[in-house]
Amino acid sequence: MAIDRPCGTFERDYAQDMAIVRTPLQWIILIVGLAFLFSLPLFGGVRIIYLLNYIAITLIAVHGLNILTGYTGLLNLGQAAFMAVGAYTSGVLTAKFGMSFWAALPCTAISAGIVGLIFGLPSLRIKGFYLAMATLAAQFIIISAIVNIRPDLTGGWSSLVVPVPKIGDFAFNSQFRMFYIIMPLAVLATLLAKNLARTGIGRTFIAIRDNDLAAEVMGVNIFRYKLLSFFICTAFAGIAGCLMAHWMRAISPATFGLHQSVWLIGMVIVGGMGSTAGAVFGTVFIRLVDELARTVGPIIAHSFPALSGNISAAAGPILFSLVIVLFVIFEPRGLAHRWEVFKTSYRLNPFAY
Amino acid sequence: MEAGLQYIANGLMVGGIYALIALAIVLVYKATGIFNFAIGNLMMFGGFISWAFMVQLGLPAWLSILSALVIAAVVGWLVNRFTMSPLIGQPILAPVIVTLALAYFFDGLVILIWGGSVRSFPDFLPGESVHLGPAVVSSDLLWAFVAAMVVFGVLALFFQRSRVGLAMRATAESHQIARARGINVERIFSITWAISAALAALTGVFLAARMGLEVTISAVGLKAFPAVLFGGLESIPGALIGGLSVGLLENLAGGFISTWVMDVTPYIILLLVLIFRPQGLFGLKRIERI
Repeated sequence: MAIDRPCGTFERDYAQDMAIVRTPLQWIILIVGLAFLFSLPLFGGVRIIYLLNYIAITLIAVHGLNILTGYTGLLNLGQAAFMAVGAYTSGVLTAKFGMSFWAALPCTAISAGIVGLIFGLPSLRIKGFYLAMATLAAQFIIISAIVNIRPDLTGGWSSLVVPVPKIGDFAFNSQFRMFYIIMPLAVLATLLAKNLARTGIGRTFIAIRDNDLAAEVMGVNIFRYKLLSFFICTAFAGIAGCLMAHWMRAISPATFGLHQSVWLIGMVIVGGMGSTAGAVFGTVFIRLVDELARTVGPIIAHSFPALSGNISAAAGPILFSLVIVLFVIFEPRGLAHRWEVFKTSYRLNPFAY
Repeated sequence: MEAGLQYIANGLMVGGIYALIALAIVLVYKATGIFNFAIGNLMMFGGFISWAFMVQLGLPAWLSILSALVIAAVVGWLVNRFTMSPLIGQPILAPVIVTLALAYFFDGLVILIWGGSVRSFPDFLPGESVHLGPAVVSSDLLWAFVAAMVVFGVLALFFQRSRVGLAMRATAESHQIARARGINVERIFSITWAISAALAALTGVFLAARMGLEVTISAVGLKAFPAVLFGGLESIPGALIGGLSVGLLENLAGGFISTWVMDVTPYIILLLVLIFRPQGLFGLKRIERI
């Protein structure tokens, strides 16, 4: 929304025009916000930090998905499986080969990215709904391969226990300590995603999304950029999966089922596709809805004993599906659009336009 | 050799079930251009409804199946009216994500009403296992196969002879021209969804009779996707051939390679089809203009 800049802000060169953080006030908000975020473990309860960790890990995967789906316009119904690739890469490397977490972390991005490239290959010929099918196939093939090819390494359907990350003798063995690994990476991922949108690569992605034939005519090597987009998307998923593994300390293939992939897409949709802020909004919103279902379900079950047990299992899927359907029908541009509308009206206040 | 014949027989019979689900998907796709990812869950939902009529209310089998089909048709109509109609004209992602969300809605609904445990479906189909040469086919699979073939025959007649069927074909051809000829396109959409949901419910009954009833049997619906793409998204004969081929290949791979390969075979077929012939056997090749 380039037209409604904050009042009194003038751009004198392109660097200013492209800047992510524009005004002194935005710098202050950013720094105070980050300081607040990173000091949260000092006074937050374990429940809140757990939720924040969960949101941050999910956010990394959602950023990746947003780059692929929101910017490049390619559907991916298998993001959770790519997370599984990251999780098991790191899990096997650290638990079975004794590698340290810090060395395994970049490996997960690369391994998940390469698997993503393989399943991105059909994008040479197909797009849209057909590509969604190819990634759906990826979801099942990857999980099945993890379970069945080397069950001696991955533990098959049973869970694989993953060691705790360490620096020297300092072990990251609590929610509070893991927070300081997870949250900086999530902030970094957000920054990367935000920055990507204003680089040439990001603009190429958007050109492919808006009209791939036109982009090709203009000299974009579509196949290369589609694969690059797949690589970035799945590399983010790999990092998220790696963090998931070391955060939960035991992983099983059931954690990365199709439903997880659908939830991730739901977050992108609810947040608003092609918007970094949207990815953050969507992730936080859906995770909070999930948390709400977990809290409210047992309460309803308590008040209506006839439904007991069922409602707490059913509340999550029902609430999630209603949220998605309502968002797609009534606010297809997601929370990010609402946020832009709010910002614009705030800046133009008291005028209507 | 005898083992091979057994795999072929099983594959064809299971393929009949896949073909039925594939048909339910293709019908909706042809008419509305929407791929229904929730079909497996509609199927499971239909199975549960007929189970409720049969076991919880104690109705005779034929009546409960009939009621389940009617209820499923109403549900299909509602799905179209309240979630799909508002999406007309939206990009492809919208209906994809909404049908995926609906899949979870039906899961949640079934868990809410009947819980997540496994129910055994009453053995309502008469007869015993049938020997076809050296191969043995269980009666419920054979019934499902016969039912699939009958449904395909009836639908072929329906599309050739009946007024609604012809209107549905016209709608599939072009929404605008159909509308110009006085066909109520939105009504055709609703009818298509209703028929598709009823078909899914019928499949659900046969599947439940074979595997028992559980929320997770909706995963079988996912295996019909490769069948649909293999046959071609717009083709009804393609759904039949795709369903039978996927069932056949899956069982052969399971028999001769290993059981876990059996589960991924449909998806490997899917990937190969997408890479080498995205439009499937009988589908339409899309030509695009800028």
